[in-house]
Amino acid sequence: MTPLLDIQGILAAGRQQTGTKAFHMAKLKKTGFTVPRTWCIPTPVYEAYLANTGIRDRIGIELNRKAFDRMRWEEIWDVSLRIRNFFLTTPLPSSLDERLTRELAAACNDFPVAVRSSAPGEDEKASSFAGLHASFLNVTSPASIVTHIKLVWASLFSDAALLYRRELGLAVERSTMAVLIQELIPSDCSGVFFSRNPANSRQMLIEAVWGLNQGLVDGDIAPDRWHLDRTTGRIEAHYDPKRSHCIQAGTGGVERVALTPALADKPPLEPAMIDQVREAGRRLESLFEQPQDMEWTFWQNRFYVLQSRAITTSASKDTDDKRTWYLSLHRSYDNLKALYDKIEHCLIPKMIQVAEDLGRIDLSALSPSNLCAEIDRRQAVYDHWVKVYWADFIPFAHGIRLFGQVYNDAVKPADPYEFMTLLENTGLKSVRRNTLLEELAECIRTDPGLARTLAQHGRAPSDHRFSRLLADFIEEFGDLSCTTGTGNECQYGDTAIIRILLAYSQRSAKRLDPSDPGTLEDSYLKAFAPDQQTYAKDLLHLGRESFRLRDDDNIHLGRIEARLHEALQEGQTRLSAPGNNPADLACLTKIPALSAGALNADTASASGTFQRTETGEPDTVSDRWFRARQIVGHPAGQGIARGTARVIRDPGDLTGFNEGEVLICQGVDPNMTFVIPLAAAVVEARGGMLIHGAIIAREYGLPCVTGADRILEYIQTGDRVTVDGYLGIVTCETSPD
Amino acid sequence: MDNQTLFTTIQDLIDSRQLAVLCTQKDGHPYASLVAVAATQKLNRIIFLTPKTTRKYDNLTACPNAAFLINNSENRTEDFYQATAVTATGTVIHVPDAEQQALTDIYLARHPHLESFAAAPTTALVCVKISKYILVNRFQNVFELAVTP
Repeated sequence: MTPLLDIQGILAAGRQQTGTKAFHMAKLKKTGFTVPRTWCIPTPVYEAYLANTGIRDRIGIELNRKAFDRMRWEEIWDVSLRIRNFFLTTPLPSSLDERLTRELAAACNDFPVAVRSSAPGEDEKASSFAGLHASFLNVTSPASIVTHIKLVWASLFSDAALLYRRELGLAVERSTMAVLIQELIPSDCSGVFFSRNPANSRQMLIEAVWGLNQGLVDGDIAPDRWHLDRTTGRIEAHYDPKRSHCIQAGTGGVERVALTPALADKPPLEPAMIDQVREAGRRLESLFEQPQDMEWTFWQNRFYVLQSRAITTSASKDTDDKRTWYLSLHRSYDNLKALYDKIEHCLIPKMIQVAEDLGRIDLSALSPSNLCAEIDRRQAVYDHWVKVYWADFIPFAHGIRLFGQVYNDAVKPADPYEFMTLLENTGLKSVRRNTLLEELAECIRTDPGLARTLAQHGRAPSDHRFSRLLADFIEEFGDLSCTTGTGNECQYGDTAIIRILLAYSQRSAKRLDPSDPGTLEDSYLKAFAPDQQTYAKDLLHLGRESFRLRDDDNIHLGRIEARLHEALQEGQTRLSAPGNNPADLACLTKIPALSAGALNADTASASGTFQRTETGEPDTVSDRWFRARQIVGHPAGQGIARGTARVIRDPGDLTGFNEGEVLICQGVDPNMTFVIPLAAAVVEARGGMLIHGAIIAREYGLPCVTGADRILEYIQTGDRVTVDGYLGIVTCETSPD
Repeated sequence: MDNQTLFTTIQDLIDSRQLAVLCTQKDGHPYASLVAVAATQKLNRIIFLTPKTTRKYDNLTACPNAAFLINNSENRTEDFYQATAVTATGTVIHVPDAEQQALTDIYLARHPHLESFAAAPTTALVCVKISKYILVNRFQNVFELAVTP
C-alpha cells in the first residue's frame, strides 16, 4: 500500500480509492489545466488506520449506543465530538506513520499545503458534501499534515455529515475517505464559478473575493457577484458588495485582515480575468460533460483551478435537501463574535426593558377591552422574542462548540469535555437565583418560629426579613410557582415557592463546588504560539459568554412569558368573578388561552411529551409483567447516586419534589432548575452534554445521565433507581425473579 | 486429545470469541449474562468488566462462584457435530491494587474499544480464578482440564 500518491498514482488508483475531488484534480492536470501541486492519501490508508488502531470498533459503539433516528442534533454533535477525539488522540500505527511522514517530507516539506477531504461519492451530481467534510489551509510540516489528515478523516463523522448521510440513506459504517494534499497558492483573489447558475439556468455565475477563498466559502466575506449569459458569456449584472476584509494565510492557519482602501474600492476581477474564469469553466463543463462548480484563484496574474465538481441537483431551489441547514450548525468565529455583540448589547437589554415596561402596567385598572388588547399585545411580544431566541440565541450557543473543538485540537485531552471546566462556574443567572434561594432557606433554618408559620399559613409576617428577601427575589426572578415551564402553574397554588423553600431549609446548606480552572486555562493558552494568544483568549471569552448566555437568555425569555401569564391570569380572574356583565367579557372568552379548559389543555400539551401507552388486554398477559432494569443514556455528569425517582411529566410534579430524589424528566426547563440543588441525580430523556439540565447538574456536582430514551415510559415516581453518571446508566431496582 | 492439545484448543477458542455467557446466583436465584472476557496466558484467570450497579456484580458479591460458557456455534445444524463449547468454573478473587493495571492491560489488549468503560470509577474489573475447564465437542465428547491455580 502506497500511502502518498502523486498525479500518476491518483489516475492509476482510480476514483474509488482517491475520491472525486482528487481524481478530478489529477484529470485536470493531465488535460493541461494549471492546478496546484497535488497528492492524495487513498482510502486504503484510512481503512488500515481504522483496523489497526481499533477505532472502527469504538466508532461502532458510539454510533450504536442509541438508535440514530432517536437522537437530537445535540446528541449527534456529542457523538461527533467523541469520535473526533478518537482520531485526535490515536496516532497512526508507527510503520505507517514513519512511511507517510517520510514521503510527505520528500514531497512538500518546504511550502504550506491545503489538506482537503476527497471522499468517494462526495461531490457527485445527486449529492454534495461540499462544506460538510473538513478542509484545512496553510498547514506546514509533515507532522502537522498527518494531524490534519486525521481531522479530515474524522470529519466523515461530523454532525452535519452524519445527518446528511442519514438523509441520503447512506451507511455511515461503510463510508470511507481519501485526503487531498494541495500546495497552498497564496492567492491575490479567489472565487467560485458555476457554469450554470443554480438559481437561473440561463446564466453562469461568478463570485470573487480578495485573498483566499475561505471567507467566501464560510460566508464571512461578501463576494462580488457577476451573472453572465450562458450562451453569449455577456455580463448581465454585477453586484458590488461593501468590501472591507479578506482572508489570508496566517500563523498556523488563516486570518481575517482589513483590505487597503485601494483594494476595498475595486472588484477583485478585471474584465479580462472574468473571461479567463468563464472560459476555464466552459472547458471543465465540456471535459466532465455536465455543469461544473469550480473553485479558482489568481496569484501573480496566473490562473489556477483549485477544484471542480458537478453542480448538484441539491443546489436548485425546489429541492428539500437540508444540507444548507446542516451547514448552518457550524458558525465561524467572526460570525459568532458579531452575534455576541448583537445579543449582549442589543437583544438582552431590550428583553429586560420589555419585561420591565410590561410589568409597570396596572392590569387590574384596565377595562375588559383594554385587557384583551393587552393580552394580544403581550402574546405578540412573546412570540416575537421566541423567534429571536431561535434565530439568534440558539445559534450563539454554537460558541461553546467552536471553543470545544479548538480546545480539543490544541490540547488533545483524553476527556473530550474537559473544556467545559473552563466555561462553567462563570456566574450563571440560574445559579445566582439558586444562591438567593439558599439565603431564604437559611432564614428558615435559623428561625424555627418562621418555619412553623410558613408551614401553617404559607406566608411570613410582612415585616420579617424573609418576606423582604422573598419580595426582592420575586421582583428579580418572578414567582417560581408561576413561571416554571409553561407559565400556567399558578393553579398549583401561590404557596408553591414556600413549599420549595421549606424543602431547601430541611437539608444542610449546599454550596457550589467551583473547580479551579486556572491550570487548565494555562495549559490551553500554552498550546498556542505567542502571536495566537489574543485569538486563544478571545475564543475562550466567546465560549464563556456563549455558555453564560445559554442559561441567561432563557431566564429573560421566561420573564417576558411571565408577563403574558400575568395578563392571562387577570383575564381568568375576571371571567370567574361573580356579577360581571358577560357582554363586557365577550372579548376575553375569545382568547384561546382563556377558553374553557384551555389552561389545563395547554399545560398537558406543553409539558406532556409523555403519553402512557396501554399495551394489550390484561386477560392475556395476567401472569406476565414488564419492567426496564437498565436504561442506557449518555454520561453527562460524573458520580453515582441512588434514590427514589421523581418523574416530572407535568410542571406541577415539581412542587412535590423531596430532597434526595432523582429528578427524571423529558428535559430540564431552565426555569425549573431551582429543584436541582435538592436532587440526588438528574436524568433527562433529551440528550446532549451541553443541554441545560446537564450543565446545571455539573454545576452542582450531581450525577447526570442524558438521552435516556423513553425513560418516562419505564420509570414511575417512587421507583428506586441508581444513576451512574460515569457510564450513563440508570438502573431500576427489581426483584431477582 | 492430550493435555497440551486440550489446553491449546481451549486457549484458541477463548481467544477467538469476544463474548462468553457468565453464570451467577444469589439466594438460589440463577442468572446468566453476556460478558466480554479475556483469559490470562495460563488460562488460570478469566477477567471481565461490569458496572457495579448490575445484577451480576451484586450476585458475585453475595456468592463468588461463577461459570462461563464459551462456544463457537453458528446456529446451524452442523453445530451439533462441529461446534466446540467450553465451560469454565471458578471463584471470584480480590485483585490487589498492584495487580489491577496488569490485568486491565491484558483485558484492553483483547478489547481496546472498551478503554473508556474500563476507566470509569463505577466499573469493576472482575477476576475469576478458574479451577476447571470442561470442553465438549463432536456432540458429546467431554474432556476436563484442571489448571494451575
